[in-house]
Amino acid sequence: MTANRKDLTAGLLFIAIAALFALGALGQDLGTPRKLGPGAFPLLLSGILALLGAAVALKAFRTPAGGPVTIPWRGILLILVGPIIFGLTIRGLGLLATVALIVAVSTYASRRMSLWLSLAITIGLTAFCMLVFHLGLGLPIRLIGPWLSGAGLAAFGSGG
Amino acid sequence: MDLLLNLGLGFETALTPINILYCFIGVLLGTLIGVLPGIGPTATIAMLLPITLSLSPVTALIMLAGIYYGAQYGGSTTAILVNMPGESSSAVTAIDGYQMARRGQAGHALAAAALGSFFAGTGATLVIAVLAPPLTDVALKFGPAEYFSLMFLGLITSVALAHGSIVKALAMVVLGLLLGLVGTDIYTGTPRFTLGFIELSDGINFVAVAVGIFGIAEILRNLENEHEREVGTQPIGRLMPGKAELKQIAGPVLRGTALGSLLGVLPGGGHILASFASYTVEKRISKTPERFGKGAIEGVAGPESANNAGAQTSFIPMLTLGIPSNPVMALMIGAMIIQGIAPGPNVAADEPALFWGIIVSMWVGNLLLVILNLPLIGLWVRLLKVPYFVLFPAILAFSAIGIYSINSNAFDLFAVSVFGILGYVLVKCECEPAPLLLGFVLGPMLEEHLRRAMIISRGDPTVFVTRPLSLALLILAVGVLVVVLLPAIARKREKVFIEED
Repeated sequence: MTANRKDLTAGLLFIAIAALFALGALGQDLGTPRKLGPGAFPLLLSGILALLGAAVALKAFRTPAGGPVTIPWRGILLILVGPIIFGLTIRGLGLLATVALIVAVSTYASRRMSLWLSLAITIGLTAFCMLVFHLGLGLPIRLIGPWLSGAGLAAFGSGG
Repeated sequence: MDLLLNLGLGFETALTPINILYCFIGVLLGTLIGVLPGIGPTATIAMLLPITLSLSPVTALIMLAGIYYGAQYGGSTTAILVNMPGESSSAVTAIDGYQMARRGQAGHALAAAALGSFFAGTGATLVIAVLAPPLTDVALKFGPAEYFSLMFLGLITSVALAHGSIVKALAMVVLGLLLGLVGTDIYTGTPRFTLGFIELSDGINFVAVAVGIFGIAEILRNLENEHEREVGTQPIGRLMPGKAELKQIAGPVLRGTALGSLLGVLPGGGHILASFASYTVEKRISKTPERFGKGAIEGVAGPESANNAGAQTSFIPMLTLGIPSNPVMALMIGAMIIQGIAPGPNVAADEPALFWGIIVSMWVGNLLLVILNLPLIGLWVRLLKVPYFVLFPAILAFSAIGIYSINSNAFDLFAVSVFGILGYVLVKCECEPAPLLLGFVLGPMLEEHLRRAMIISRGDPTVFVTRPLSLALLILAVGVLVVVLLPAIARKREKVFIEED
């Protein structure tokens, strides 16, 4: 038996998310019709989503299986770590180094990247971002974070 | 006359130097991203929304609106010159526009698009100015039951106008509604679905959802097949149309404006439908339909006018009812809420300068677009050559900085990655993200009005069908759903959206 992978994935994903929300909603007060509790509307929606998910998943068996799908694994990984790195390092490294870091990492999401190209893009874009966000808009984010400044290192050394 | 007084106030607001400046920046940025494929207005506005928080609300909204219709406009330039619609709504323009460009008439096509858009923008601005006050009056009489039914109708229409499977689009709406409910329950104050994260007690950051699902997911999709963009170098030719051309495009522009103004009000992407509808109409009433597809100027002027008029009238539900008709409007509502303005029918009464300032700024923006674009076309074409591997790190960096600047909260950035991958998986499964974002914005409002209506009716659910206005809206919603599910219509709908891709 073949199934359309796209429909099947989508359907199962909807059902799984519906189950998660239903579980959360059941932990809440459902209330009465006159005074609906915080769990009522989400439970109703989870039920609908599960039904729709089931319909999508069942339809998968009636649709021809699609062709092979190309998934840019490297791109996905290198792009998705960008915001995560940014979130983890912005306080410590400051704006300058953090932006340079995520730009440098993300350029390699393209399969046509070379070291020099990446370097050029990183320097150019980082400079542009500092110009726009730091000088232009004056965002209150520290340019150089405590991890990089001497004072920070000293405080880190003495304070632990 | 009230209308003149109101427009006067609007001009007073829109014509302050700072507002003209940001309107200009908005349309300039809009045109830029409209020209660049791979980044649309939704992602851009989501990305720039945090930056506008330092501006006054009216200036911020004027700039964001400028990005939106600037992008509609920029999309047509690339559609004509390189057969590559920057935005889905200009896909129709590419059919005849590119043929005209190949025959050395690119200048005429661009001018027809520009003049048509400007005329449509002027017309639609007037439509908004005339229609908004009475609609606001009606909206003020709305009770919770009517609001609930109206949002229900809006969500259903967005489903009907989404690409691909109706069932999937419905599921995306419900998923969006559920995600919108994450956070503290407004009536009891209990945290819901927060998984123990304090950061989620105010709900999932709206900008993070929008950037993840529209921005990051789009980058991932574009990385699937990187290829060089080919940029044609035909001469653009004479720009200004002569008397004969003006006569040729007058009818299509008028009809397109009317059609677009009407369809734009529909929730869920009416302006895309508008350009298709206009093309079909022009081809059908033309004495020489065989010219269509081979470079008919009517096929450029009509849809471009319809598209632009529709993009503008889609502000009507947002401004009068506080209900978004497409993802961009959802973002505008998000911007209003962050700025401390409660969207809804009260905006016109409480913030008349904001309300009318935005409306008039659209006309100003359209004028700026004509002035800006016709002489600068050469520059836009050169921009097309910017390789994608420069573009996506920039999108990523801007988004990250923008989102961090809202709350200085690292959690929001993790959310971007989560919604990026979720959005990518869903798009790969052919689920369109626009209904999800609409659901996300409407989720809390929908629940609030449902619960309020139930309290008022003392737990009687028939309240939604016994109040005439609410019943009418619900019947309309069911009607829309039945129509799109009819086999004959469903097939035709599929065809329209396939052509669009």
